[in-house]
Amino acid sequence: MEYEVVIGLEVHAELSTKTKLLCGCAAEFVREPNTHCCPGCLAMPGTLPRINKRAVEYAIKAGLALNCDISEYSRMDRKHYFYPDLAKAYQVTQHYYPLCKNGYLDIETEDGERRIGITQIHLEEDAGKLIHDEYETESLVDYNRSGVPLIEIVSEPDLRSPEEGRIFLETIKSILEYIEVSDCKMEEGSLRCDVNVSVRPKGQKEYGVRSEMKNLNSFRAAHRAMEYEVKRHISILEKGGEIPRETRRWDDNMGKSFPMRTKEEANDYRYFPDADIVPMYIDREWVARLKEEMPELPSERRDRYVRDYDLPEYDAGVLTSSKALAEYFEECIALYDDPKNVSNWVMGDILRITKEQNIEHEDIPVTPNQLVQLLRLVDKGTISGSIGKNVLEEMFATGKDADTIVEEKGLKQISDAGELSKIIEKVLEDNPQSVEDYLSGKKKAMGYLVGQTMRATRGKANPQMVNKILKEELDGLEEE
Amino acid sequence: MKKMKVSIQDVESVAHQSQLILSEDEKAKVAQDLTRILEYADKLSELNTDDVEPTVQVLPIVDIFREDEICPSMDRETILKNAPHATDDSFIVPKIVE
Repeated sequence: MEYEVVIGLEVHAELSTKTKLLCGCAAEFVREPNTHCCPGCLAMPGTLPRINKRAVEYAIKAGLALNCDISEYSRMDRKHYFYPDLAKAYQVTQHYYPLCKNGYLDIETEDGERRIGITQIHLEEDAGKLIHDEYETESLVDYNRSGVPLIEIVSEPDLRSPEEGRIFLETIKSILEYIEVSDCKMEEGSLRCDVNVSVRPKGQKEYGVRSEMKNLNSFRAAHRAMEYEVKRHISILEKGGEIPRETRRWDDNMGKSFPMRTKEEANDYRYFPDADIVPMYIDREWVARLKEEMPELPSERRDRYVRDYDLPEYDAGVLTSSKALAEYFEECIALYDDPKNVSNWVMGDILRITKEQNIEHEDIPVTPNQLVQLLRLVDKGTISGSIGKNVLEEMFATGKDADTIVEEKGLKQISDAGELSKIIEKVLEDNPQSVEDYLSGKKKAMGYLVGQTMRATRGKANPQMVNKILKEELDGLEEE
Repeated sequence: MKKMKVSIQDVESVAHQSQLILSEDEKAKVAQDLTRILEYADKLSELNTDDVEPTVQVLPIVDIFREDEICPSMDRETILKNAPHATDDSFIVPKIVE
């Protein structure tokens, strides 16, 4: 039977505010435990919370970027659960009146654009961190993260494959970076997601039973978990089995999901309004101003690259997928007026090297100015394009300018016709068989001779000139 | 005795959610108390509140925000002084593994 995959995602993003949601403790990530805590975030009696206005503003910005309605009335609720990662024994979140509702996000898939519904975006506080492996029967608690503001972005179950899920996550990440509300550092846990997966026979209207996996902390893990769950569901259904409604745990090392021990009764969070925090009436002028100040979003930037720089859609998509990369590209073309050439180098060698060496796009060690100098050396014919690639690697490794490296390593291209002729004559002398092949009509032998010439000059010969001189020499021989 | 709105099972479930341990006597007493409270709430439900906004806040204030400015956190040693169990840098709690 053919099945249809149904996926919904919940993305939790830590907001990059300076302080926590409800108290003035610093929200930055620190390793030293319990250094960013106060009576407020430790729930000492007599403390009163006050909402960080910037956190609300960031949530609204995210809502605007994801085409949501921004609520006129919103408030905070308490979600109760018994676990010591929050000292209050409840989490301040938004259950009844979230800040943003009814949005959507258009994603670019191989089959074209797809519109994914955004159910809501709500504001909440993050929980502290428990360390379990230090003692046998006890756990250590670090409340630094407790109270750091988060937004949770909830999608409709509109995603139809793990691949769409992956693209959705990447797009959300890129948007949050563009609007500068989250630094989206997955390794520090500032972006996490929950995935809900079900399958149904193609054509069936009702959804299948879904399973939920919480707290996936990398997109790769999320993608693998979605793929695994889809396969697992289908194989259960194929065998005539039933899928239980459950929460599962993804083990990324094993590449498998496991059922979490299910408690007998359903979780009852006993949500109710937090009476310590007064309701918010979101001023329409505030929203209008934020809308006006909204920076260019990735999709808008992509369209602009195609329109203004005449780049292929694909190139524009890659360059704008990360804000840092797009800014790098724009700094380069401000200095050097050939967007396509810059794009080729950035998308090709720069992305390859950053990927190989695990360098973040904001940390590219070769400055735009340095890259442009390198491109100019290639344009002037001082070095060949392929030597240029080696020079770029060297620039990444040493931080030196292209000029310096070319000078130090003696990489200048040989464009002197006299010098090249001498080298080529020697190559022809050394390879009589290839010369004979060429003369007897095997024109492919020319390629070998070009290669030998490049080798003799350690790649420094000007390739166009080598081709030209070699052809002249060989044609000369042919006439003899 | 008439049938109570809150059964012993309800009490047990709520007690479990709140991590309370109650004796059989206490359970019966709590069931009675909670029943009385709910009956009182029922009485309020007799009023027509169609045009009344739900009240979650009795204070006539809204939109109390704080600027995003860092206030010094509390000294770790002081914080941990209040904890029944702690190491030099962390709180200690009984292990609860999900």
